[in-house]
Amino acid sequence: MQLKRVVITGLGALTPIGNTVDEYWNGLKNGVSGAAGITRFDATRFRTRFACEVKNFDVQSYIPRQEARKMDWFTQYAVVTADQAIEDAGFDKEKLDLDRVGVIWGAGIGGLKTFEDEVLSFGGGDGTPRFNPFFIPKMIADSASGLISIRHGFRGPTYVTVSACASSGNALIDAFNYIRLGKMDACVSGGSEAAVTQAGVGGFNALKALSERNDDAATASRPYDKDRDGFVLGEGGAALVLEEYEHAKARGAKIYCEIVGGGMSSDAYHITAPHPDGRGAFMCMKLALEDAGLAPEAVDYVNTHGTSTPIGDPQELKAIERLFGDHVTKLNISSTKSMTGHLLGGAAAIEAVAAILAIQHQTIPPTINHFTDDPDINPQLNLTFNQAQTREVNVAISNTFGFGGHNTCVVFKKI
Amino acid sequence: MSEISAKVKQIIIDKLGVEESEVTPEASFTNDLGADSLDTVELIMEFEKEFNVSIPDDQAETITTVGQAVAYLEEHAK
Repeated sequence: MQLKRVVITGLGALTPIGNTVDEYWNGLKNGVSGAAGITRFDATRFRTRFACEVKNFDVQSYIPRQEARKMDWFTQYAVVTADQAIEDAGFDKEKLDLDRVGVIWGAGIGGLKTFEDEVLSFGGGDGTPRFNPFFIPKMIADSASGLISIRHGFRGPTYVTVSACASSGNALIDAFNYIRLGKMDACVSGGSEAAVTQAGVGGFNALKALSERNDDAATASRPYDKDRDGFVLGEGGAALVLEEYEHAKARGAKIYCEIVGGGMSSDAYHITAPHPDGRGAFMCMKLALEDAGLAPEAVDYVNTHGTSTPIGDPQELKAIERLFGDHVTKLNISSTKSMTGHLLGGAAAIEAVAAILAIQHQTIPPTINHFTDDPDINPQLNLTFNQAQTREVNVAISNTFGFGGHNTCVVFKKI
Repeated sequence: MSEISAKVKQIIIDKLGVEESEVTPEASFTNDLGADSLDTVELIMEFEKEFNVSIPDDQAETITTVGQAVAYLEEHAK
């Protein structure tokens, strides 16, 4: 069967460097750091006392208090960004076949804050098993897709993918696949996370995964720098409206770009460490480009997973060097996590938006916080350090990898 | 208005997001104040916490209006 073409017709973003797509892009192109001291809880006794939090977010300006209080933070971020993306897409709901519009969201953890609050409340009581009836529906990860579907009346496939930090990569690829198979006309996809909580920070600290650069939080996320010491926890999310190309054309929609390929692979190696040869990273990029029918030479920009961990960063670059061969020095590569921190299940979504905006603006957002070259990283790679670069961008790919050895890569192409 | 009645009213206003004037003794949680089944369960739980009582399920099912809640709590609150 002839696969259908799929385009991006709406975007929404709520990130540590901007609460709309425009603000997010301004932050990205100007190299703004989203990291600062934690305000969500008293972090005095934690090894890491900073994060990339969403700022100046008053949920009641988007969602009535009575509805918002029944949503975990990660769901509030999902609902708000989905609203933005749906508005941006300019749908006339009267003319949509709502049975053919889905919601496929990504969340790595889900309602961690809700779980933490309820269990602390129970643990601090006299043992009476008294739990709030909204506890489970608030906490479970699928509530994000369920509430977006209820809010907008979308009755196609709706669910949440869970693959740690690759979650929203899987969500985007699923949405892409169902639309190109003709199962849906459009799908709201994306991802969100809200893990800046005591359990979130404490748990990642226990894994020694987080940067502990408390004396200089703003520069702590420094992918590819010799002195990188772990990732910076971020929160927020992004939404994308994926739409079948002819459907979008017929209604005269604004089209950002085409999504042309998705690749997925697994390391089959270790629950938290990436494969030392970058095998899974290599495979997901190779499969994504094959899926897109593109040669590696067609790629202009790679938005990397690049979390700023000592082990992870060089392995991904090795996989990129192996896949792209001589073309590798002609690529722009950057890790926008240097600015946003790591949004876990929301990472692939906000980075997909960064890749799409790079195509739209023909500008590569930088890898900020570069001070010292790492002798183990090929100096000929253009890692877009510290300053955005303008260039022709026809094809951009975005990598995201998760604990459990899940790897995803998505390919976007100018239309 | 009793202290219990005032507290019950405040919990209902807070949880259901309704106006104080709507919270009359006759007002039904579901028919008048917009509560669904989960909201009602939450209200009962909040009453239990606030007044340090345990309301058995068969009793909870009979509490469907503001007045019924106040009456039950005035009788059972410790």
